[in-house]
Amino acid sequence: MSDPSITDPAAIVEASASAHPRRMTLNMGPQHPSTHGVLRVVVELEGETVRRAIPDIGFLHTGIEKQFEALDYQQGVTLTDRVDYLANLSNNLCYALAVEKLLGLEIPPRAQWMRVLLVELTRLNSHLVWLGTQALDIGAMSVFLYCFREREDLLRIFEMFSGQRMMTSYIRIGGLALEPPRGWQEAVSRFIKAFPSNVDQYEDLLTKNPIWLRRTRGVGHVPLDVLVDLGVTGPVLRACGLNWDIRKTEPYSSYEKFDFEVPTRTEGDVYARYQVRLAEMRQSARIVEQALAGMPEGAWRADAPHVLLPDREKMKTQMEALIYHFKIVTEGFGVPAGEYYQAIESPRGELAYYVVSDGTAKPYRVFMRTPSFGNLQALPAMTEGRLVADTIASMGSLDFVLGDVDR
Amino acid sequence: MLPDAFRDNSSAAALENWDPSAIVGGKRTFNETTLEIAPGKILAVCGYLKRDLQFARLSSITAVDWYPAEPRFEIVYHLHSLARSERLRLKCRLPEAAPEIDSVTGVWQGANWYEREVFDLFGVRFREHPDQRRIMMPDDWEGHPLRKDYPTHGFKYSYKDE
Repeated sequence: MSDPSITDPAAIVEASASAHPRRMTLNMGPQHPSTHGVLRVVVELEGETVRRAIPDIGFLHTGIEKQFEALDYQQGVTLTDRVDYLANLSNNLCYALAVEKLLGLEIPPRAQWMRVLLVELTRLNSHLVWLGTQALDIGAMSVFLYCFREREDLLRIFEMFSGQRMMTSYIRIGGLALEPPRGWQEAVSRFIKAFPSNVDQYEDLLTKNPIWLRRTRGVGHVPLDVLVDLGVTGPVLRACGLNWDIRKTEPYSSYEKFDFEVPTRTEGDVYARYQVRLAEMRQSARIVEQALAGMPEGAWRADAPHVLLPDREKMKTQMEALIYHFKIVTEGFGVPAGEYYQAIESPRGELAYYVVSDGTAKPYRVFMRTPSFGNLQALPAMTEGRLVADTIASMGSLDFVLGDVDR
Repeated sequence: MLPDAFRDNSSAAALENWDPSAIVGGKRTFNETTLEIAPGKILAVCGYLKRDLQFARLSSITAVDWYPAEPRFEIVYHLHSLARSERLRLKCRLPEAAPEIDSVTGVWQGANWYEREVFDLFGVRFREHPDQRRIMMPDDWEGHPLRKDYPTHGFKYSYKDE
C-alpha cells in the first residue's frame, strides 16, 4: 500500500513508482468512455488488483452557484437544468419548491400533479440512460439501443411540453412555464402503456444473462453503515436494504396521494442496484398512470400576480397587469429574507437546494446538495482491493452525472 | 443559551442538557430547526448528535459569506436522522481574520469532500482534515470564487496595451 497521506494524484504517481516498482499507476479518464463524462480516477494497480483509487473531479466546474447570485430568481431556473443534465425536471422542481416555500406560494393541485408526472418521466429517462450505458460498459451493447429507443420517445414528450428536449426549464417558480400542450395526454398515455413491456424486454436481455450475472453479482458490495457514513443516497442505499425514499418520508408536491412501493434489495452489489432501478422504473410508470387518470382540473400556475407574468391579453387591456409585467421584467420579484433546505428524491438520490434570501430579487446564496457528489465519494470504498474490470461495473452502478458532481 | 421556542424540540433540548454552552442561538423557520453552535464545540456536538441522537447522516456542509458583516463566514451543516426522519441545521460563524474550524471527517467520512469544497470556494480551513486540497478549481488557482468580494466577471490581465 502506498503512503495513504499522499493524496495528490501527481505525487502518488511519483511515490508509487519509486516505492513499488511492480505497481502501475493508471489514469482512468478524464476522457474515458466509462467515466460518463470528465471524471479522472487515479488508480494504482498491482497486476489486476486495484490498490488505491482516487477520484479527481472539477473538470466540469462551471460555477453555477456563483452564477445564481447574479441572476434573478426566475432566471435561475435555467441554471438548474444544467446541473444534472439527465434529470433536468427534478432539479427544476427542487429549486422551485425551495423558492416557493420562501415566497409562501400555494401551488394549485393541477400544477402539482403535472410536476409529479413530469419528474417521474424524468426518472424513467435518467434510469434508461443509466441502464443503457451500464450495460454498454460491461459489454452488452444491444441494451443501449433498446433504452435509447424509449428515451427518444421521452425526449419528444419533453419537447412537446417545453419546446426543448433536454434543457426544459418547464417547472418554474409558481407553477409551470406554459400551459400543457394540446394532445399531451395521448402522447404520455401511449408511451406509458407500452413501457412495462419494454422493461420486460430489458429484463429478457439481462436479468438471467450469465455474462451479466458474473459481471455484476457480488461486485462492489459495501456495508450499509459505511455507505450512510459516506453520504451515499438513493438506489445504491436501497439496494443495500435501507427502505428510505424522500417521496415517502418527506412527501412534496402531493406525492402522498400516490400509491407506489419503494423497491429494496439486501445484497448490496451491482446486480441488486440493477434490480432496484428496474423495479423503480415499473413503479414510476405506475405513478405516471395514476397522475394521468386522476389529473385535477384547474389552474396550472399559482395566483400570484407579483411573481408570475400576466397573460398577454390582460396586459393589453388592464393597467394593473401592465404594471406588474413592467416590474417583474425590469426588477424581478423580491423574496422575503430567510433560508430553506428543500430535499427531494431525484433519480440518483437525495437532491437538495439550500436557498438563502436577503430580501432582494436575486438569491443571496444557492447551494446544491447533489446526489452524484455524495455518491461518488464511495468509489474508493467500492473498488479498492478488487479487480480493475470491476471498477467499471461499480462506477456505472453509482450512476453519477459529472455535471451534477462538479456544478 | 437555548431560546425558549426550542424547549419542545427534543434534539435541541437534549443537546442543551448535554452541554449548556454549546448552543449560542437558534431559530425555527418553515418547520426547520437551526441551531447556532459555538465554533470551538462543533466537533464534540457533531459527535454527540451522531452517537447519542441518531443523526447517522450528514446531508451536506456548505458556507455562506456575509461580507462585509462580521463574523463573516457562516458554515452550515445539514444533519439528517434516518431513524426519526428528522433534519437539523447547525451553523457556526467564523471571523474573516481566522476562518478556521475543526473538521468533522472523524464523525462522518462523507464530510471530506464537502469540507474540501468549502475550503476551495470560500477559503475556510478545516483543522485536522485528512486531505485539504482544492476540489473544484485547479490547484494553482488564486482566490476563492464563492466569496462575495470575488468578481463575477472581468479578466485578470489587461490586454489593452499589447
